[in-house]
Amino acid sequence: MVMFTAMEVLPNLFGGGGDSISSILSMVFYVIFIVFVFYGQRIQMYVMIREVEGSLYKLKYIKEEGRKIAIETIKEIGKPQTDPSARVDRYLEYFTISPQSMDPAGIVYKLDHILDVRDTRLKDEVKLMAPASDEVQINNLENTLEAAMALNYIYKVVRHYYIQGKKTLSLYIIMQLQMILPLVMKEAEAYASALKAFADGQPIGDGAGPLVAAKLMHGYETRKVPKDCVVASVPIEGRTALIIKAEGPGGNVGKPGEAVQAVINENKGKIASVIMIDAGLKLEGETVGEVAEGIGAAIGGPGVDQFKIEESVVKHKIPLNAVIVKEDIGDAVSPMRKEIADSADKVIERVKNVILERTKEGDTLIIVGVGNTIGIGQ
Amino acid sequence: MSENSSSATTKISTYLMMIVLIVMALSIVALVSAVYLYESDFQFAVVLLAMGLLAMGLSVYVLLQSRKRMASMKIEAPKVMTTIECKKCGFKSVREFQRGDFIFKDLDPCQKCNDKMIITAIYKEVKEKEKTYGV
Repeated sequence: MVMFTAMEVLPNLFGGGGDSISSILSMVFYVIFIVFVFYGQRIQMYVMIREVEGSLYKLKYIKEEGRKIAIETIKEIGKPQTDPSARVDRYLEYFTISPQSMDPAGIVYKLDHILDVRDTRLKDEVKLMAPASDEVQINNLENTLEAAMALNYIYKVVRHYYIQGKKTLSLYIIMQLQMILPLVMKEAEAYASALKAFADGQPIGDGAGPLVAAKLMHGYETRKVPKDCVVASVPIEGRTALIIKAEGPGGNVGKPGEAVQAVINENKGKIASVIMIDAGLKLEGETVGEVAEGIGAAIGGPGVDQFKIEESVVKHKIPLNAVIVKEDIGDAVSPMRKEIADSADKVIERVKNVILERTKEGDTLIIVGVGNTIGIGQ
Repeated sequence: MSENSSSATTKISTYLMMIVLIVMALSIVALVSAVYLYESDFQFAVVLLAMGLLAMGLSVYVLLQSRKRMASMKIEAPKVMTTIECKKCGFKSVREFQRGDFIFKDLDPCQKCNDKMIITAIYKEVKEKEKTYGV
């Protein structure tokens, strides 16, 4: 009787035949095949975990850089007596609880109040951290710290889901995280480039609206309107344009909602049109700095200002027009791109067209430049 | 806190570097052995050569990948420019941004007409062109 060993039989069964190397290779191939049949999903999960881990390291690095830039800027500008690191770490952990929405009536004013309290509280913290800084620098430092706070939060949320996915070995937690990671990383990188811009007081892409307003009101007398905004009366094409923007050049978005309400009330509702200019998110494939025109309140944020503007214009039946400058999230919070700076003149032309087409000579209208006015005076 | 965490990040890359170096050293040993065994045991020499080349290729790849990752981690501050203009004579100059600059800030008098100059634009120039993806 002839006895065959497994090593002699198996290669022939799998069609290997030939020498020992090809037998080994075909054996290895079949082992890999069997492993992938049973453990393919788990291997895929480990690959995803590895990918998330790499992004998490990058987020950690960006977050730490953000904290470092914030502390260095505070030390440089604010000249504090003690080391501000502990206070900065506390600041980075601040949170805001949104109001209860089970009964939504009146929620806008509740949210408005909470945001006001938050703003005052954070500004007071910055004043304590940087006693030697003036109002403009305080606004810039507040913006810097808010960018660092956003980075800290992004890192913590990604880390939370990463650890949860690893603990439970749930493919679906890891898969969801891995799928949204490119967008999360894009946002984190945008905040990282915003940090330096805020620390130095450079205009950012979101300042497209205030830039146009500043160009229109430059050389005219301005006065303050609530809250943190300025208004100037400018003659344009035989009409009186009341131009509103947040007070610069410190990092500030003001409260355009309250400013528009105040100016409409001052004029007893006799406003022919409200034109809002803002930076708008572009879709992939659209060009940065492209100008588009539309209807409605062009303003982002939590919605409080949009609500107030809409409430005022509806009350007095005032037409609401909007002109936006297209850019992506990265452009909006990083130093202003040349294309966006150059688009300001195109926006002015579009606004003049709207004025000529939609209002009559002798009318009074409001033009609002919405956005962060960091690095833009008036 | 920050120093500890940054050193943790560096520690991981050092650990990886050690593994890569060990694999690289072993692959060199395999390649040298393959050369010595070429005459006496040709088949084994070929196996060693293949293993050596594979290990060498893999370690170089891992090294390049980790370097690429480290490079992508850097936050590059873009070059921001300030445009200064004289509204009277139109004299224009562009210089690098300095802290304290803001649009419509009054600066020193114009070199040509002695009228005041102002900052008219602050912007960054983005060199790379966006891909159009053929649509």
